[in-house]
Amino acid sequence: MNMKTFKLGGVHPAANKLSDKAPVEVAAVPAEVAIPMAQNLGAPSKPCVQKGDKVKVGTVIGEPGGFLSSFVHSSVSGTVTKVDNVHDATGKNVPAVFIKVEGDEWEESIDRSTELKKDISLDKQQIIDKVKEMGIVGMGGATFPTQVKLTPPPAFKPEVVIINAVECEPYLTSDHSLMLAHAEEILVGVEILKKAMGVTKAIIGIEANKPDAIALMEEKAKGYPGTTIQPLKLKYPQGGEKQLINACIGKEVPSGGLPIATGALVQNVGTAFAVYEAVQKNKPLIERIVTVTGKSLAKPSNFLARVGTPIAALIEAAGGLPEDTGKVISGGPMMGKAMPAVDSYMVKGCSGILIMPNEEARRKEASPCIRCAKCVNACPMGLSPYILSKYSQKGMLDKAEEERVYDCIECGSCSFSCPANRPLLDWIRQGKGKVMGILRARAAEAKAKADAAKAAAEAKSEAPAKA
Amino acid sequence: MNLILIALIVLGVIGAIGALVLHVVAKKFYVYEDPRVGQVEEVLPGANCGGCGFPGCHGMADACVKASSLDGLMCPVGGADVMAKVAGILGMEAGAADPKLAVVRCNGDTCARPKRAVYDGAKSCAVANATFAGETGCVFGCIGLGDCVEACQFDAIHINEERGLPEVDADKCVACGACVKACPKLVIELRKKGRVVQGNARRVWVECINKDKGGVAMKNCKNACIGCGKCQKVCKFDAITIENNLSYIDPEKCKACGMCVNECPTHAIHCTFTPPAPKPKPAPAEKAAEKAAVATTKVAEAKEAVKEAVAAKVEEVKANVVEAQKAVAAKVDEVKPKVEAKVEEVVSDLKEKASAVVSDIKEKVDEVKTSKKD
Amino acid sequence: MSPHVHTATTVQSCMRDVLIALAPALIVSFCFFGLGAVLVTLTSVASCVLFEFLIQKYILKVTPSVSDLSAIVTGVLLAFNLPSNIPLWIVLIGALVAIGIGKMAFGGIGCNIFNPALVGRVFLLIAYPVQMTTWPVSGSMGYVDVETAATPLALFTQWFAAETPQAADAIMAQMPSALDMLLGVTGGAMGEVSALALLVGFCYLLWRKVITWHAPIAIFVAAYIMALICGYGWMGSLQMLLTGGMMLGAIFMATDYTTSPMNNKGLLIYGCFIGALTILIRRFGAYPEGMSFAILIMNAFTPIINAYVKPTRFGVVKAAKK
Repeated sequence: MNMKTFKLGGVHPAANKLSDKAPVEVAAVPAEVAIPMAQNLGAPSKPCVQKGDKVKVGTVIGEPGGFLSSFVHSSVSGTVTKVDNVHDATGKNVPAVFIKVEGDEWEESIDRSTELKKDISLDKQQIIDKVKEMGIVGMGGATFPTQVKLTPPPAFKPEVVIINAVECEPYLTSDHSLMLAHAEEILVGVEILKKAMGVTKAIIGIEANKPDAIALMEEKAKGYPGTTIQPLKLKYPQGGEKQLINACIGKEVPSGGLPIATGALVQNVGTAFAVYEAVQKNKPLIERIVTVTGKSLAKPSNFLARVGTPIAALIEAAGGLPEDTGKVISGGPMMGKAMPAVDSYMVKGCSGILIMPNEEARRKEASPCIRCAKCVNACPMGLSPYILSKYSQKGMLDKAEEERVYDCIECGSCSFSCPANRPLLDWIRQGKGKVMGILRARAAEAKAKADAAKAAAEAKSEAPAKA
Repeated sequence: MNLILIALIVLGVIGAIGALVLHVVAKKFYVYEDPRVGQVEEVLPGANCGGCGFPGCHGMADACVKASSLDGLMCPVGGADVMAKVAGILGMEAGAADPKLAVVRCNGDTCARPKRAVYDGAKSCAVANATFAGETGCVFGCIGLGDCVEACQFDAIHINEERGLPEVDADKCVACGACVKACPKLVIELRKKGRVVQGNARRVWVECINKDKGGVAMKNCKNACIGCGKCQKVCKFDAITIENNLSYIDPEKCKACGMCVNECPTHAIHCTFTPPAPKPKPAPAEKAAEKAAVATTKVAEAKEAVKEAVAAKVEEVKANVVEAQKAVAAKVDEVKPKVEAKVEEVVSDLKEKASAVVSDIKEKVDEVKTSKKD
Repeated sequence: MSPHVHTATTVQSCMRDVLIALAPALIVSFCFFGLGAVLVTLTSVASCVLFEFLIQKYILKVTPSVSDLSAIVTGVLLAFNLPSNIPLWIVLIGALVAIGIGKMAFGGIGCNIFNPALVGRVFLLIAYPVQMTTWPVSGSMGYVDVETAATPLALFTQWFAAETPQAADAIMAQMPSALDMLLGVTGGAMGEVSALALLVGFCYLLWRKVITWHAPIAIFVAAYIMALICGYGWMGSLQMLLTGGMMLGAIFMATDYTTSPMNNKGLLIYGCFIGALTILIRRFGAYPEGMSFAILIMNAFTPIINAYVKPTRFGVVKAAKK
């Protein structure tokens, strides 16, 4: 096997894929769901139903609240009971539509057969419209609205679609189990993405710790010319967009530029499957595979669960919250967010629920930096986390900018590798946010200046004409 | 001896050359600066805290010298004294400003606000705030990791470890506002120090910024303001507003009477003095007196009402009369010509009849005369 | 607060690995120098730990962090740089200087500019030159009345200074073979003598990923080339690598986390300069040994290297080309 990986940095956290042998189980539809309206990166959706409305599975309940926003569909059939705030995974308030479940009636337009539909009848624009209409977002966790990603600025020429099936986050197995269950559908989804982007080549990157998925996908991919499977050496954060492009085609996304500048469009394997269902089956994004796992959990599982299912219900289905629970994380252990309370609801971007036992949950006391440079060697972006963290902490934002804090992808490799347990990323994230704010303000100012200059120039050129 | 001489000469020459160079450079690169800037800077405290809004004391001094009036220029550290001195140097009048201080508007201590999660990231409120909603159910209140303490240059704010909340040392606080800027939750506010009574500055404030609905706020923190509005009702000065389930006392309007303090069911309103006795639980005697007072005021009110009603009625009647008179006049005007015509008609008729009668009588008289003659 | 998992590596585990890597050389020094080595090592380690503890507790008033083992590493390294017959009170002074001035004066672990053990060693070298340069011959097991001899480095210096070819040949005849140097059957400081034991430690550190190869290899390569230029000859240059503090310095001192540059490019530059400087000092300097000075000089340059040599950035080279 010709295995590749990305060139700079990286760490090797213990994989702990406890649920990689667990087949995909269909989770029970709960009695009531709450479907949050902020399920994508960018502007939250606007609820378009009211208390008392009857909805079916697939009924639109939220409309895009801007360009970078998407549709939200009801994942159940029943009556809207209220539109109220719920806590998201980090405990902050977001508006959500509460629906009391009555029966399981689907919109007629949705094709519920399991039969594989290979022929793609829609053209490029129709595919993109369909993707938008069906509320598809990036399923890797970033939840970037897919239709926006499928329409890159015209200056760039897409050459290849890269499918992210790396799943480099420890513990998570939702993509893995999806590939084992729906290999063909994913490949058709890839064909659709290729057609939407107007390219003929696709690479599916899978890390070497999923040999069964690699074998299966390689076998099935024979029927899809132009699509190849690229096994990748185990290394975190290989699933990062920039790292994956680097690993698969050897190119580097320019600093501050769009990934498409390398000619590669990266989509998560879950997104490919969702695109297949949206385009071929007319099915909106109303359910996804979510891994519920943890060392002390009775039954680490992969559930196919409806969006809006209470997280607590999923944990219950996996054997209940263990007694020694130290924290519950939405997502994987490297980039996931710890939940202050298990009172939130599943969203489109939720790839896993990880329950960490007490002894692993708490961080160790931080000690002074010994300047061992392990963070420098771990950083996949070639930054110096030790100094970035210091600069951020001391508010030396100009210095942090000089050290390219804005390139940080927040993968957590630095914090992971620090022998002194320093919360490097905590600080860097803070500094990055502030520096990004400064950069944006500066860009806006430059633009305003340019506009003013342009207007002045125009006024000047007009003045003599009048004279 | 020789050696010492040589050393002295060499050092002297080096010193002289150095002095010459320094002198030339100082002359050549001299930048003119208003000498008053230096004088003003001298009287400023030199803390360079930035509380005035300028980058350090030099910036403030520069701004003072350039400004046409000192209104709005205030050194929060030095206060009125320093500004008076500055005004003296510049020959201007110092702008008046009330002394302020930082007030922590959260009372969700560890007993009142149960934790439901544990944060063990970087020890910074800003970082914690960016990460998640907070360790407690209250998403508005103090995080307690001490960004304000870090920001304070005057050692005036400290975290009370027992309560998990910062406390302001009123004597040391100079209201530079550094903590206000540092707090990601906007818990800290600069408020007027307040009227000083017997050496104690009187001020009242709502020690909560929770905007959740009453029930939710109560559930998450026993000391939360629930926005019930009782304080608003009791305030005589219109200083209290309720917005988003949260009460706010306007320091400009508040007279620090303290009436609202004991009115608050969750004790969310705090003050720096002993508040007046609570209204809901007065002693029996006072109760009676109060009742009497209430009755008196009621009577007075009733009297007033009657007076008003009477006056109103009078006015009304008066108005009616005037109207009626007007109507009559109009009617009169309308009827007059008709009457006159009738009168004329009758008069002419009568005249005719009379003349007829007269001529008739005359005829008769003539008849009689002739008959007499006959 | 992500990440929620953490590597098992800690400061303590790094230091433990360094101690394990030092063990072979320590055992060799015990075998060759016997009681003296044991006494000097024990004194050095104990006093380093004690001084660190006392200074942290009573002067800096912070929670003592002796449990991170870094003081022990300093102690062992300091001992390795001393002759085994040195009076113990000098060891004590060395430890005080190493910990007090070399480390704690700057703020403790992670803040020091110079390698503490080297600060101690150089202080002693300048303050007590006689005691510090009376090297017992390997195999003399006692502590007092040991047989002493000139070190290979001293011999090299004499060789260069020799006026007649005959005298030079006579000096060369006393020179131990490269194999002897590798094994450590020669005179010198306790930890320096056996290059082989130190190399074993080097391999262990690389395997445990405690250090990267960059600094030591750069030092070896640069030193070899510089030795050739300075006229030591093929074999002589190799001996230059194997003798004196070269191995110990390159593997354990130059790779000290705190005082070396923060990225691999920086480490290569740093290593090259150390290697070249060492040979230059050995050849032209007043002292026969130049490793400690070279490392200390480059320690001083580390902040500059950090400021100007940045790690390879992702996605930047290409942007520049565009």
